[in-house]
Amino acid sequence: MARMKFLCDAERCIECNACTTACKNEHEVPWGMQRRRVVTINDGVPGERSISVACMHCNDAPCIAVCPVDCIYQTDIGVVLHSKDVCIGCGYCYYACPFGAPQYPQASNFGSRGKMDKCTFCAGGPEENNSEAEYLKYGRNRIAEGKLPLCAEVCSTRSLLAGDGDMIAEIYRERVLRRGFGSGAWGWNTAYYGSLAEE
Amino acid sequence: MLKKCASGFIRRQGLSAQFAAAGESVGRRGFLRNSGLAFGGAGALAALPLQLVKKAEAANPAVAEGEIVRRKTICPFCAVGCSIWAEVQNGAWIGQEPVFESPVNMGTHCAKGAATRELAIGHRRLKYPTKLQGGQWQRISWEQAIDEIGDRLLKIREKAGPDSVYWLGSAKGSNEMGYLQRKLAAFWGTNNTDDQARICHSTTVAGVANTFGYGAMTNGLNDLQRSKFLMIIGGNPAEAHPVAMLHLLHAKEANGAKLVVVDPRFTRTAAHADEYVRIRSGTDVAFTWGLLWHVFENGWEDKEFIRQRVWGMDEIRKEVANWPPDEVERVTGVPPDQMRRVIQTMVENEPASVIWCMGVTQHHIGSSNTRALCTLQLALGNAGQSGGGTAIFRGHDNIQGLTDLGALSHSLPAYYGLEEGAWQHWARVWDIEYDWLLSRFASKKLMETKGIPVSRWYDGVLEAEENIDQPHNIRAMVFWGHAPNSQTRQPDLKKALETLDTLVIIDPVPTLTAVLGNRTDNTYLLPAGTTMEYAGSVTNTSRMVQWREKVIEPMFEAKTDYEILYLFARKFGFADRMFKNIAVENDEPIAEDITREFNRGSWTIGYTGQSPERLKAHMRYQHLFDSTTTRAESGPVKGDFYGLPWPCWGTPEMRHPGTPVLYDTSKPVADGGLCFRARWGVERGGVSLLADGTAPVGSEIKDGYPEFTMALLQRLGWDEDLTPQERQTIEQIGADLGSVGAVNWKTDLSGGIQRVAILHGCAPFGNGKARSYAWNYPDPVPLHREPLYTPRRDLLPKYRTYDDRHDFRLPVLYWSIQSQDFSDRFPLILTSGRLVEFEGGGDETRANVWLAELQQQMFAEVNPREAEANYIENGDMIWIYGPDGARIRVQALVTRRVGPGVVFMPFHFGGYWQGENLGDRYPEGTVPYVLGEATNTVQTYGYDIFTQMQESKVTLCRIERA
Repeated sequence: MARMKFLCDAERCIECNACTTACKNEHEVPWGMQRRRVVTINDGVPGERSISVACMHCNDAPCIAVCPVDCIYQTDIGVVLHSKDVCIGCGYCYYACPFGAPQYPQASNFGSRGKMDKCTFCAGGPEENNSEAEYLKYGRNRIAEGKLPLCAEVCSTRSLLAGDGDMIAEIYRERVLRRGFGSGAWGWNTAYYGSLAEE
Repeated sequence: MLKKCASGFIRRQGLSAQFAAAGESVGRRGFLRNSGLAFGGAGALAALPLQLVKKAEAANPAVAEGEIVRRKTICPFCAVGCSIWAEVQNGAWIGQEPVFESPVNMGTHCAKGAATRELAIGHRRLKYPTKLQGGQWQRISWEQAIDEIGDRLLKIREKAGPDSVYWLGSAKGSNEMGYLQRKLAAFWGTNNTDDQARICHSTTVAGVANTFGYGAMTNGLNDLQRSKFLMIIGGNPAEAHPVAMLHLLHAKEANGAKLVVVDPRFTRTAAHADEYVRIRSGTDVAFTWGLLWHVFENGWEDKEFIRQRVWGMDEIRKEVANWPPDEVERVTGVPPDQMRRVIQTMVENEPASVIWCMGVTQHHIGSSNTRALCTLQLALGNAGQSGGGTAIFRGHDNIQGLTDLGALSHSLPAYYGLEEGAWQHWARVWDIEYDWLLSRFASKKLMETKGIPVSRWYDGVLEAEENIDQPHNIRAMVFWGHAPNSQTRQPDLKKALETLDTLVIIDPVPTLTAVLGNRTDNTYLLPAGTTMEYAGSVTNTSRMVQWREKVIEPMFEAKTDYEILYLFARKFGFADRMFKNIAVENDEPIAEDITREFNRGSWTIGYTGQSPERLKAHMRYQHLFDSTTTRAESGPVKGDFYGLPWPCWGTPEMRHPGTPVLYDTSKPVADGGLCFRARWGVERGGVSLLADGTAPVGSEIKDGYPEFTMALLQRLGWDEDLTPQERQTIEQIGADLGSVGAVNWKTDLSGGIQRVAILHGCAPFGNGKARSYAWNYPDPVPLHREPLYTPRRDLLPKYRTYDDRHDFRLPVLYWSIQSQDFSDRFPLILTSGRLVEFEGGGDETRANVWLAELQQQMFAEVNPREAEANYIENGDMIWIYGPDGARIRVQALVTRRVGPGVVFMPFHFGGYWQGENLGDRYPEGTVPYVLGEATNTVQTYGYDIFTQMQESKVTLCRIERA
């Protein structure tokens, strides 16, 4: 069984924000909420790097561990989803998340009031696949249609990769070999190997 | 920084409310159909009576399912030309999918491309025709609009002559639309028409064409993958052409190419470069000669290439000798060791490509800058080969096509110029009498005189009548797809807007034009469909022509550009003549017929082989084209290069594959090869201008030769190869011209001369040398001249500008401005550029909810040194004062991205005027989500000596805490 992952190659990200607007376009994410955003470090000086950040769908996801109402779960392909019906909007997952992925609409009509919202890996939510209820609460379910997350599909420089973890790791490994260096898979260790790998 | 946008939420409410009302479960597709409808519906809820939304009526919400149709269109933003799959259900655009098979973008997009759908379905668009009456916007019908506007324009034409109406066209329409706009101006009887090409790359077109023969990007984007060295000067593709970075990074990673970025600003592109060179704005010629100094000093030039294919390099050598490393450093600020390192890397890594954008072109010596860079490539022998050449990234999605075919004040379509022969040629193509055309103009002289350029239309309104070379000032402006804030000197522009008798704006959005001037009457807003709402061809920066399918019917009461133009032509009484060979259905001219018409006339640049059928086949079989070579290896399009990059010689039936790399002699002409164009005669001063001992592979003439005429064919005995039909056409035109021998490859409407030349392996335009010395220029050898508003008075006696002159019907100031010293009161250099989220004047993109959210604040980048000196902290509001007395209030972004002494601002903002918010002047429901000050409010005078390009990349300013 495939294990879905994201990988952002910081050597390639040019902060074009295609991932951000593609996500908005696909899921009709309202103003003020960004399931995916691009973060730039060392802005304007040599060493500037940009990274596209969203929920990484971690192994051993800390959000699942801290949720007091158990609304967050991981699917068989490793995607971390949640139920907006159960969510109480407490914000614990936001504090636990190493990537700042969970968002809280303050007074929007997207989903229910104050419910947490985040990247779904374009895999919808607990409702029936491709149902109206699923779309209204979580956006489109591309995975159920046999497609990958749109943010990665449209990434201008193929910096953002999404798909089976082994396959995208192999694509990245080949790039690193060609370039002769590789420090760019930002967040990969945190999300998928846990604290041991960081050491 | 994120601010809440109330109307965004209102829209969602409308959306969920509609579902609550429907009260029944629908399948996913049914839902999506409804959600597409809800956009129309929500637009109506926000601002309109429901009956306006005709799309909602067309699709019945009770139908839960409907077939989903996929239509392929081309991204409407930059010139990369990315393909998009649009999913349409029951007439509503419900989704957007990547086109992985496109060899141009391979499925990728930037922020704008990924947000294309909102451009069409966004409900801040103009919804119905409106006029300003007593300071209030009032809804009117289309009939009333066309009648009233038509009557007003005809009255002006009668009283002040046809030149008093200015037809400002667009580079955002299709080739067909831009071509029709030029034709409309011709039929109206004026050359006062122009489009964005003037202020984007006109200096490139003029400079490069005067060096190589054609003024376009020599190689394609895909070909950059084969480069070993890439120098980007005055360009920031990471923000302006993000998908081009796909190819650039491929070259860097897979090909080991070195990437050098030369810019006053450490751009997002520079962050990915191997070397970043900080250059002072406006010193590109000095920089280029500084590189060449090392080349000549070390004998690194390609001597054989120069001997065979370049004319005038010795003159360059003399000028370059004046640019030793210390002088280059004094002028440009680039240290000698860095100059040496850059050029040595370039020489050691060939083929090398030079890439530039508006950082090079938007200067009063822009056409010198572009010639200097071409000369660098000629000296190194990089021109005319795969992986080399000059990669000129064009701006708008169809600016290449509408440089080639569109509304320009100095030429008829396809660079034919304005001389009598050009008019005769197009009269033959249009199948009308030349004398009738002539009768439309105020005089034969004005018919053959360049019109006022867009960069200076307001001078055409404000300048004293005795100083203008036309009977009267401009009294009416028709803005047809053009933003005003892309032009400098906004205070003058505003005054001109207020002076005009009649102002007409035809656009999907109201644009800043509608609100900038304090007008109360005689201002009309006509809602045009976006380019996703009609079919047509577009040409990307690689000269590839792609066909756009119509995705949806025009939203709201909008009409397609084609229909609006037809309605005006009918009102003016020349529709029958103008559309003589173009079918019109329901008042809308058919795109394919327009394509066929310019196919029949555009021989100069080979826009003749790209029939609608061939273009559509390319879109259908995109997957068959290789993403590096861009050639199809199999299938019905086998052998073609993607998009039939021009020149695609001869008739469509000849099936020329297009020319992916210009001047590449390693391929036969029939296979996309070329030589340099013999454009300037055969000899000058007793020295041959023709190529010396070189020709494209397979040529039967192994040496240089002049351009092909019937006389040349006869002399060679090749006229025997003409078919009887071709010969007959040539003889008919010959009778017109007074001599059959005078018919040439540009005027032969049969395409026979081109076909026979290519049959014998020859290029129809001759086999000449490239020119590094252009004697028709004020500076035949490009010279460095300080910007008009220079901070370096110490360089002035040596590098001063030109004397004032008169051109394009207007006085043009140079020395009378530069002689004044502003640098003491305005000590900082001000430059401008793009952001990835917005485009052009930003009227459309700032009204796109997904894009607007990402950049909500107009800002200025200020170096920490100036910030500290002026007590400014990051995020403070500041005033920026320009030397002409205007000022703007923007947020300070304190960053080392700009060097000390430099201020940078993006040019996409509008809607504030010197601190005042103009938001309440927009018609109801059409104000963009984001407003801001326009940088061009404080940008100043300065125009290129050859093309009237504005000098918006360098002026002076002063900053102050607000």
